[in-house]
Amino acid sequence: MNALVPLPVLLPVLGAGASLALLHHPRIQRWLSLGVLSAVVVIAAVLLVEADRSGPQTVWIGAWPETLGIVLVADRLAALMLLVSAVVTLAVLAYSVGQGMTEDEEGAPISIYHPTFLVLVAGVANAFLAGDLFNLFVSFEMLLFASYVLLTLGGTAARIRAGTIYVLVNLLSSTLFLISIAVTYAATGTLTLAHLTQRLAELPDHVSLMIQLMLLTTFAIKAAVFPLSLWLPDSYPTAPAPVTAVFAGLLTKVGVYAILRVQTLLFPYSPLTDLLLCAALLTMIVGILGAIAQSDIKRMLSFTLVSHIGYLILGVALASRAGTAGTTFYVVHHITIQTALFLVLGLVERRAGSTALMRIGGLARIAPLLAVLFFVPAMNLAGIPPFSGFIGKVGLFQAAQADGGWLAWTLVGAGAVTSLLTLYAVAKTWAVAFWRTPLEAHEALEAIGADAAVPGHDTHARQHRGHVHTAQGTVSRTDIEEARRLEDDDAPDRDFHKLIEAGEDNRHSPLGMLVPAAALVAVSVALTVVAGPLYALGTRAADDLHDRTAYLTSVLTEEQP
Amino acid sequence: MTVNLTLALTAAALLGCGTYLVLERSLTRVLVGLVMIGNGTSIAFLVAGGPSGRAPIVAKDGDTTGLSDPLPQAMVLTAIVIMLATVAFVLAMAYRSWQLNGHDDVQDDVEDDIIRRLATSDVTSEAYEATTSDFPGDDSSGDPGQGPDDDPLVADEAEIRS
Repeated sequence: MNALVPLPVLLPVLGAGASLALLHHPRIQRWLSLGVLSAVVVIAAVLLVEADRSGPQTVWIGAWPETLGIVLVADRLAALMLLVSAVVTLAVLAYSVGQGMTEDEEGAPISIYHPTFLVLVAGVANAFLAGDLFNLFVSFEMLLFASYVLLTLGGTAARIRAGTIYVLVNLLSSTLFLISIAVTYAATGTLTLAHLTQRLAELPDHVSLMIQLMLLTTFAIKAAVFPLSLWLPDSYPTAPAPVTAVFAGLLTKVGVYAILRVQTLLFPYSPLTDLLLCAALLTMIVGILGAIAQSDIKRMLSFTLVSHIGYLILGVALASRAGTAGTTFYVVHHITIQTALFLVLGLVERRAGSTALMRIGGLARIAPLLAVLFFVPAMNLAGIPPFSGFIGKVGLFQAAQADGGWLAWTLVGAGAVTSLLTLYAVAKTWAVAFWRTPLEAHEALEAIGADAAVPGHDTHARQHRGHVHTAQGTVSRTDIEEARRLEDDDAPDRDFHKLIEAGEDNRHSPLGMLVPAAALVAVSVALTVVAGPLYALGTRAADDLHDRTAYLTSVLTEEQP
Repeated sequence: MTVNLTLALTAAALLGCGTYLVLERSLTRVLVGLVMIGNGTSIAFLVAGGPSGRAPIVAKDGDTTGLSDPLPQAMVLTAIVIMLATVAFVLAMAYRSWQLNGHDDVQDDVEDDIIRRLATSDVTSEAYEATTSDFPGDDSSGDPGQGPDDDPLVADEAEIRS
């Protein structure tokens, strides 16, 4: 079964090459990439079963002697992440095929989308499988480069602006990663994780602590942990919907995975619990407060994404089996849920012409299916009881309670508050975007239109000191003006009501987009149904991570082929 | 392990200058800064590789004494290739930014800007409330130059409006 391990990386890379060669045959290109990703899903599933049944699967690429080779390892955690990411990317690819990525992109070299997407998938898979630091760096570069291209697709002003920030931040983090790799190599003479486990422990404390902090900083930038998270909400929402979906679902989780791997495998003797707990606390609270302030659903979701990274870091910080198991389960839940939400949001944007809360309304009546598709994952994100979000949070809280320190207890409180505030943020979105009628949205917007023409008392909406008061509450005036003025490609300067009146709203949600989004929502609900076995698998993965012997034996005995 | 001090100092100087340039607003300067940082990092790898030696090619007799460590060299090569691609991409972005905006400055986020202005106008409206007697209705119907323009916060607000 070992031969399967490199395939999740190889197949997408080869597929990317083939699809570049097929630039002028978009139909074949589409089927090729769909085929490749389906194959990766199957392979990842087989790997997971195999890793669960007979331990980590290891391959030394090219059969180089001793420490020169590159090792790929699929243990339970890696295989699980691989499977989830493969399922999610397949859904996103099907969605973007359904969207016909060509139509709303002016002059974009769209045939580049498929090869780039495949490289992104290969990079993500390689990051999960990488058994040495430099290979991890290379896979980060693969997925980052693909993400640079996807984020600036079409080269519009908004995307170039967002892309600049994204590229620069990631370049800095890559450079920091390179420096920490150089330091690690200078100190230990190896980069293979399995060898590092022994040699790092022999180093003087301060050297190993410095290496650990450098690596953690690097990965924290990728994972968007609080002080290093500010780039994320600025850059993600401007990309096309499927791209935002796959970024939000996967890229930050690759960072979390790297943190988890490094903390459990390389530095089990130095858990840095307090530091990481503080980072988790700030990530949760600052992230969710940001989400509440937003007036655009995409940006609101990007902020909840940041805040929920805090839960994942909480599990890692506890450095206990229960904490790691909780994180493992929560990662799986969060990848699916966040991607599903962004996919549904793409449909909302298509239907209502915008995702700015100011402009839309009434979707619950006009598009009930979309409303259901939004409602279910949104409640799941907030952690309402039957759903997997609730189970994951309970698991993490139990782990924190078992830890028993006051900081851990604070984190339990903060986690509960964050969960409530998430509920508030999605409920606000629900009330505004789905519940009120488009006419009410229109009136609130219109009220600000002619300054003098609105006397204040005759209409439903009344302005007062820079705010517009409507029956639904207060809307800030600058916000509305800004919403009226915005003229980017994705959101024409008209609210939903006007679109409906003009009969120009997009009544038809293409099946090709609806089915993948609905399928992913279904998967997220299914996670609740199979939560028991999944959590058990997470616990076994956590045991592996903390025991380390299975991983080390597998890598070190495979070494001499 | 002995460290070549010249190399270490060169790396430090490159990293320092690069960091300074990265703090600039213009994308091209940032890029030059990143290239310097990248080169500094490559030199750091040479330091990490230990003392220099013969080319790392194993002769027929299998003699490996005095060889330099090949691994950091391979890694530096990879890093250089990646850096090259990055430079090309960022240059393309700077050019596109210049095409679109006439400059290549790294810009502030639009939405952040809106929220910042919202916060400012919230503060100013409270201050305004405090300085004037209760009056209902539209605050923008009057001439902004009238009355409260001695209050800097309100003047600020008027500026934001315009």
